[in-house]
Amino acid sequence: MSSTITTIEDDNTDVWGGGNKPLNSSYGKLMMWFFIVSDALTFSGFLAAYGFSRFKNIDSWPIADEVFTHFPFLHGVDAPMYYVALMTFVLIFSSVTMVLAVDAGHHMQKGRVAFYMLLTIIGGAIFVGSQAWEWGNFIRGEYGAVETKGGQIYQFQSSETGKRIALHDFAVEIPTERVQHESKNGVWYMGESTLPSYTTQEVISGFVANDDIVIKTEKIDENGHKIILSREESLNKITQAVSVVEGANLVNNEYGNRLFADFFFFITGFHGFHVLSGVVINIIIFFNVLVGTYERRGHYEMVEKVGLYWHFVDLVWVFVFTFFYLV
Amino acid sequence: MGNSTHKLEIFRGLVKFKSNQSKIWAVLFFLSVVTIIEVALGIVKPEVLIVNSFLSMKLINWIFIILTIVKAYYIMWDFMHMRDELRGLQASVIITLSFLIAYLAFILLVEGNYIFDVMYEGFVSWNF
Repeated sequence: MSSTITTIEDDNTDVWGGGNKPLNSSYGKLMMWFFIVSDALTFSGFLAAYGFSRFKNIDSWPIADEVFTHFPFLHGVDAPMYYVALMTFVLIFSSVTMVLAVDAGHHMQKGRVAFYMLLTIIGGAIFVGSQAWEWGNFIRGEYGAVETKGGQIYQFQSSETGKRIALHDFAVEIPTERVQHESKNGVWYMGESTLPSYTTQEVISGFVANDDIVIKTEKIDENGHKIILSREESLNKITQAVSVVEGANLVNNEYGNRLFADFFFFITGFHGFHVLSGVVINIIIFFNVLVGTYERRGHYEMVEKVGLYWHFVDLVWVFVFTFFYLV
Repeated sequence: MGNSTHKLEIFRGLVKFKSNQSKIWAVLFFLSVVTIIEVALGIVKPEVLIVNSFLSMKLINWIFIILTIVKAYYIMWDFMHMRDELRGLQASVIITLSFLIAYLAFILLVEGNYIFDVMYEGFVSWNF
């Protein structure tokens, strides 16, 4: 009936003796399912909150294709989503090696269990590394933007080619004495975060001096594209800029709505933390397999339990991928 | 124990495998195909799927969500061995999750939509 490995001999069949397994599933596996159900609800809480904020700002939410365009070793190439798709494959593949390890455990093949566990660990590590790389790109940003008093983001693009233009391509240098406050000097010993590379005035002057730059607003038209202003409107709107934004942090980001970066950090971060803990747990189990703990115990149920957790992490990523990158 | 305890058929018995391992590879193949379709749709974004909508959601988003649920089903049923568990365990996980998540998503999305309307039609400017 079940692929479950019998952990407790069934000679003790009375209800309170511990031999009677509810739902024909062992204690450990059942508890893992309890955990998975509750953790799934945590993730759905995050994703539903993301949906809430997105519906609330449905006419100005950033378009994922325009944000995640990087691919390793391909600089300046517009590669929307290819890397995230690759990460998805890596995670699905590590899920497969995990399930193969579980299968080898059913046959008590210690060597194969260890081999597949190792592949799973490598896959998980590649995934976490990729996510760190994604975060790095996201935080660093590529083009830069300005923010208005009302918290709207204005990006810049060429009126001829329609390509995005980075701040350093047009901002003019204006000598200034403004330096970053550090707590070690100055009267009040106040620190502040790193200043942007350009002041608002430098960006505005550069914008006025270059006739072929127009503003790309956050607003989305009925076809799902960002609204681009004409040169006249752009010259009018640029005066509303109050600060320069480069990259992303928890306060503001160059991609658009402030909440977008917050949700990106929280959802992918929470998931990445799950993957990281999964890798750590996998490593522990891997060494247990190597020293023969489960061989002596007579069954590999522990591999099965950690496998359940690992597949769950993969399952969550499938949803994060859809709702953050595709929809 | 061993292979004899696994249910080796997927697609409602349409395909039946000789061993659990070949089933796993087949499920991987299926999941990869579904992911490739999703990514291709996300990059190409066919006009017809974006312009038309059903229940005020674009057709392309319906396709994404349905394909995601299909993927989730196969990950759970074949990788997490839900197919081999008792009906009671299947039901307690699936019914609980699908009810609570659908409910949560429904109320939050309706509320988000309502707040959008208030901000859009209200007399306060949000862009100052």
